[in-house]
Amino acid sequence: MSAAPPERTCRDEELLAAVIADFIGDVRHVAVGNASPIPATAALLARARGNGRPYVSLLQSRKHNFFTDGGRELFDCAGQGRIDVFFLSGGEIDGEGNINLVGIGDYAHPKVRFPGSFGAAYLYYVVPKLILFRTEHSRRTLVPKVSFISAPGVSPDNLYRPGGPIALVTNRCVFSFDRARRRFALASLHPGHTLSQVVEHTGFDFDRADDVPNTPLPSAETLRLMRESVAPELAEVYPQFAATVFGVR
Amino acid sequence: MIRTLDDALAPIADGCMLAVPREVAGVPMAATRALIRRGVKRLHLVALPTSSMQADLLIGAGCVETLETSAVSLGEFGLAPRFTAAILAGTITMKDATCPALHAAFQAAEKGTPFMPLRGLIGSDLLHTRPDWRVIDNPFGNDDPIVLLPAIKPDVALIHAPMADQAGNIWIGRQRELATMAHAAAKTVVTVEKLYDGNLLEDPVLAAGTLAGFYVDAVAIAENGCWPLSLPDHYAADLDHLADYARLAATAEGFARYLEQHVHERRAA
Repeated sequence: MSAAPPERTCRDEELLAAVIADFIGDVRHVAVGNASPIPATAALLARARGNGRPYVSLLQSRKHNFFTDGGRELFDCAGQGRIDVFFLSGGEIDGEGNINLVGIGDYAHPKVRFPGSFGAAYLYYVVPKLILFRTEHSRRTLVPKVSFISAPGVSPDNLYRPGGPIALVTNRCVFSFDRARRRFALASLHPGHTLSQVVEHTGFDFDRADDVPNTPLPSAETLRLMRESVAPELAEVYPQFAATVFGVR
Repeated sequence: MIRTLDDALAPIADGCMLAVPREVAGVPMAATRALIRRGVKRLHLVALPTSSMQADLLIGAGCVETLETSAVSLGEFGLAPRFTAAILAGTITMKDATCPALHAAFQAAEKGTPFMPLRGLIGSDLLHTRPDWRVIDNPFGNDDPIVLLPAIKPDVALIHAPMADQAGNIWIGRQRELATMAHAAAKTVVTVEKLYDGNLLEDPVLAAGTLAGFYVDAVAIAENGCWPLSLPDHYAADLDHLADYARLAATAEGFARYLEQHVHERRAA
């Protein structure tokens, strides 16, 4: 755990996108919602590696989006099981995988207001591989119990729920989620981060093995694909992100 | 059918339920500025299913009493500052939703049915904030709870599209939720970039992407009518302007200055 951090040859955003791309795996359809530049990078990277598979639907894109039946088509697709992977974040995320996209404090008189739940109160239930991402890993964001449940991490057995969270990727580490135990487990630490730092900055308890591996750095080929073929595609939807991270203008 | 912008907006009365689209479907911003200049009040604004600067502008200008949507955000430019301030101050009533719930409730209205069932939602605190949403046991199943959502029937849908013809037919292309909004609403007001010379329904290629004039009450030409937002396939968002807006709208004083400069001072369209 205390080994010197290996030399970093990539930006944090590239590392996180590569980690998320590995979680996507071999599937038919990945969709990406609002305000998700790193997942969008990961989805396009998965497609670049797979020579066109999976289908990638970026909700806000004109080009990377095959929907022709209006905004409902994405959700209808998901309801039928035609979307394999989706991504959500949260103003707050707790140890049972509950996510809060609404606000902090009493709902009627909140202290903090977030934008709103978007499609979370539906997609969190029906997409089989739901990957959580939160680039600010702190006790402010990863809390013991969320103020408001936009969507719950787990549901009672009688509720129709083919989907749910499989992992949480942050700027410090990767957690996997165990639906039966209703808990996260530390899966890997990003280079340069330690277990004690993660414990210090996480507001919820989580499982961990005695020896937690480091998150592998993206290969040279992964970085090349991201920078040369994915980055220019991102600028349509995330011009500021593409400019800041990849220098695309 | 083709009117001046102010005449076309007449059906949007104080206190009405007004439906507006999400950013990728083309947001009628010229019409929004005209409504603010007119001083529309007490709107029940329904954004299908989310909104960005349009809701923020209407809220900041004091036009909104109730907001029903799934999220309001300026995207890469951050939180929607006037929306956030209004919620924290308790000056608007918020009906939080989730995107597919709004799509489904509009679909119920366009079918003339009273409600639509939807998966998900159970276990979300949204259900506790929405006494109008009900949980029933699926009558075709066995111990299978599911949510029912009442139809959303707006008084007026306000949309923007690339073109209209003299008969009031509107070419919406693949932005099919604009048709759903028009089908669901009692009246529909449309701004368009330009007039099409001929009848859109007579060309089979264009007809597939056309909303029939049957559903449309008023049309006005508003060239560049989504500015500073984008009209996909036609023009991009004015990012410098959006960055200025985000900066100014962060304070009430800055927002007032924005309104003075860009809304009350009549610009092109």
